[in-house]
Amino acid sequence: MATDSLGGLFAAGAGASINVSPASVEKPAPEADENQPVHDVIIVGSGPAGYTAAIYTARANLKPVLFASSVSPGGDLMTTTEVENFPGFVDGIQGPELMTTIGAQAERFGADIRYEDVEQLELDGDTKKVILSDGSVHLAKTVIISTGSEYRKLGIEGEQRLSGHGVSWCATCDGFFFKEKELAVVGGGDSALEEALYLTNHASKVYLVHRRDSLRGSEIMQQRVFDHEKIEVIWDSAVKTINGEDKVSSVTLTNTKTGEESELTVEGVFVAIGSDPRTALVAGKLKLTDAGTIAVDGRTSKTSIPGVFAAGDVIDPTYRQAITAAGSGCVAALDAQHYLETL
Amino acid sequence: MSHQVTDANFSEEVLSSDKPVIVDFWAEWCGPCRMVGPVIDEIGEEYAEQVKVVKLDVENNPATAMKYGITSIPAIYVFKDGEVAQQTVGAKPKAALVKEFAEYLQA
Repeated sequence: MATDSLGGLFAAGAGASINVSPASVEKPAPEADENQPVHDVIIVGSGPAGYTAAIYTARANLKPVLFASSVSPGGDLMTTTEVENFPGFVDGIQGPELMTTIGAQAERFGADIRYEDVEQLELDGDTKKVILSDGSVHLAKTVIISTGSEYRKLGIEGEQRLSGHGVSWCATCDGFFFKEKELAVVGGGDSALEEALYLTNHASKVYLVHRRDSLRGSEIMQQRVFDHEKIEVIWDSAVKTINGEDKVSSVTLTNTKTGEESELTVEGVFVAIGSDPRTALVAGKLKLTDAGTIAVDGRTSKTSIPGVFAAGDVIDPTYRQAITAAGSGCVAALDAQHYLETL
Repeated sequence: MSHQVTDANFSEEVLSSDKPVIVDFWAEWCGPCRMVGPVIDEIGEEYAEQVKVVKLDVENNPATAMKYGITSIPAIYVFKDGEVAQQTVGAKPKAALVKEFAEYLQA
């Protein structure tokens, strides 16, 4: 598995990812009501990609229905603070405000945003079925998948066991609990740097643990980290275990060059090592790439099934920025529109 | 909105309750907490017979959160007979929470 990929744009926080229940056991899809409408477009997922696809398809008068999930509409940006690199905002904008605004822009043109969870998709054939967690079935000629990505776990001893007791994925949610305490942030991309900087508001000391000898985040963020008196970067180090009985008391680090082990006393560990595409809904249905993203045809959003398009982090193993996701959502909207014209 | 409890009345409201109690540990500045809040309210209304559902604002009531070693919110705990019976962290859809807490929601 790749190590730190570029983090989502200042993305932080497991809590806020787009929530779709994985269809672990494939059930036969419930039957749709015969009289129910067949929508032109259903969009699954509500980050920058989904909302932008909604703006474009709504302006094309395709009356998109967007399922935004019940508890994490707006996607990863909902748990970030300042977003400084989204074009159009000279002074920056708060992540939640940005997402609320883009959603409102889609609604202005008639997009139907629903706070419900998609549980299952049936994508074959001319009419696609989108099944929600309440069992209701919704039909569409096209489906745009923009389910984003989910935070990668370290997969080490102590991580799961101490989750919620010192191990965290959301600095803005949990920084409060670490007032005047010493913390470790694991990762080296923009999201890790953003978390480390945010956590200095609460913590007395933040160790940024990174497995390489240089950071991956943007220059401006790196400089802020290097200049910050409370942040100390621990280079060439991987976290081997997270230790503590009822709560985190330390981490064991392995030097990635020498193999030497050391113990770092911290009361909290924030994991920001990138994310993986959220493909549970389409596993076994759409072709995926080796990187685990949904495979699309060239620069388009066309998946392996006609009428099914994908956009945003779920197709992007590389860039994963709010603005690239938004651009990708636009591509999917235009591809869906074109497909509908050929029917 | 569900009943708010405090550090001062936690023992009486939660630990001494006859019924199991679901406690939603939350804070105003926590985005996922605001998202899952209404879901917790719904569960409280729907399963009012079986469980008591309350919320605790950790910012104004840090002692209880500290006592239970809570460092991530939303944290949703089930207390039974004064003890922690189950816990989950993060905003989850209603169906997922109902499934996790099924043991305490049965009629």
